[in-house]
Amino acid sequence: MTEKIILAGFGGQGMMLLGKLLAQAAMADSLYVTYFPSYGTEVRGGTAVYHLVISSEEIFSPLIEEADTLIVMNQPSYQKYKEMIKPDGLLLLNTSMIKFDYLPDVKIYTIPATEIASNLGNVLVSNIVMLGAYLTIKNLFSTENILEQLKISLSGRKKDLLDINKQALERGMQAINSLTV
Amino acid sequence: MKQLLTGNEAAAEAAIYAGCRYYYGYPITPQNELINYMSFRMPQVKGTFIQAESEIAAINMVYGSAAAGGRSMTSSSSPGISLKQEGISYLAGSELPCVIVNIQRGGPGLGDISASQADYFQSVKGGGHGDYHVIVLAPSSVQEMADLVYDAFDLADKYRNPVLILGDAQIGQLMEPVEFKKEFKENLPPKDWALTGAKNRNKRVIKSFYPVKGELEVFNAKLQSKYKEIENNEIRYEAVNIHKADVILVAYGTSARICKEVVRKSNHLKFRIGLIRPITLWPFPTEFIRNMSERARCMLTVEMSAGQMVEDVRLAVEGRCPVHFYGRTGGGVPTSLEIVKKIVEIMPKNKAAKTLLQFAGVK
Repeated sequence: MTEKIILAGFGGQGMMLLGKLLAQAAMADSLYVTYFPSYGTEVRGGTAVYHLVISSEEIFSPLIEEADTLIVMNQPSYQKYKEMIKPDGLLLLNTSMIKFDYLPDVKIYTIPATEIASNLGNVLVSNIVMLGAYLTIKNLFSTENILEQLKISLSGRKKDLLDINKQALERGMQAINSLTV
Repeated sequence: MKQLLTGNEAAAEAAIYAGCRYYYGYPITPQNELINYMSFRMPQVKGTFIQAESEIAAINMVYGSAAAGGRSMTSSSSPGISLKQEGISYLAGSELPCVIVNIQRGGPGLGDISASQADYFQSVKGGGHGDYHVIVLAPSSVQEMADLVYDAFDLADKYRNPVLILGDAQIGQLMEPVEFKKEFKENLPPKDWALTGAKNRNKRVIKSFYPVKGELEVFNAKLQSKYKEIENNEIRYEAVNIHKADVILVAYGTSARICKEVVRKSNHLKFRIGLIRPITLWPFPTEFIRNMSERARCMLTVEMSAGQMVEDVRLAVEGRCPVHFYGRTGGGVPTSLEIVKKIVEIMPKNKAAKTLLQFAGVK
């Protein structure tokens, strides 16, 4: 099993954390994992992209040439990275911020992640809504594993945020089922 | 327990494990996670962290605490490492152990902040002035970064010599699971040459200045015999699929990871590809490469530079087989497909080589 995921969005939309939670879940399941964040001159509002490779075998290059999955949060990221999906690959997009076209040979899943997060009361959890959606589609990790990683990330000062993140995860898991294209 | 860390963070934590309690740095992308990690970790272990006023100040602070016997470290990226070269020459000339981490970025000049391997010459051929060598270790994964930084402090003390860790922006920024399995060192044995105050003992001198005619030549001969000893004892490399290989790839660090993918792709073909990955760039695995060159049809050196290590490969091979080169510069990272295409290009009459292309998905 090898899953190559490109995650992209505005700086500040939490793609870094989304990828890190998946990477930590992979590590907890004793899988090989490489997570290569972009470290360019991105600032809040710029496009940030992350390469995440999860595999049952040793991973050589952490840079993805063809992605199994593209998770995108905003329009510029969608435009920039949609060509990197391999044939029959998966595209998960945030319809709150993206107008998309029909792409041949790509399985498209949509979810209004920003809207769902806003309705929950905190737009910052839109990344976790996406995470929930992704978990339902690919089913790589158990919910318990992901919740454990969330707990680790939201310890200390951020402890109070655990509840809303759990809700975001659940909403993402539910919403994706009804919105599959 | 495994942790998910960047190469930069792993280098910092490994230094703490190895008993390093003196770190001096100055910020530069792409090694900032290292200095950031040290800034909160050093106080936790009662160590010293100083964000110096410049790279030059930082390397000379290393000189000071190394002379006093402490395990000391600095880190930077290419332009900052250039600034440190005078200090590195003085450290080598004063036989002071220390560890310097270079997370290479594109050059020359201010270049860019992307991954590069263009500081090979600077690292292994001197960099500063005078007949000296630093031991150069090149990790190709986050775990290896941790392991090599840990070993670097032991090597530095063993030979009283600076050790350079040569990484690049990709190894520095990449996150992978890493485990610190070795002993957490705290109370290291005292050094019988360190400047610790001469009360009740004879004075000790740390210097790199030998103005009396003849003295410096004697000292240089001593240095050279030390380097010979390092060459005899400390060469490290990894060989993959090397026996009966038609083409042997030679690459280190990030480039070597991509070459491994090419080796894997060739595994079930009649056409065999092997890989030699030097882990110590100085001392260089000259003899091993020479021996292997007698069996292979040709070698291909892959680097993120315009061709630097390839010169050492050619010096090792001494014409026994052709040595080809493929490189990307200025932040470009080779892809496995590019390397496969290069192999087909250098073996135009080999039909088996072309099967590689099909396997790589090219019609």
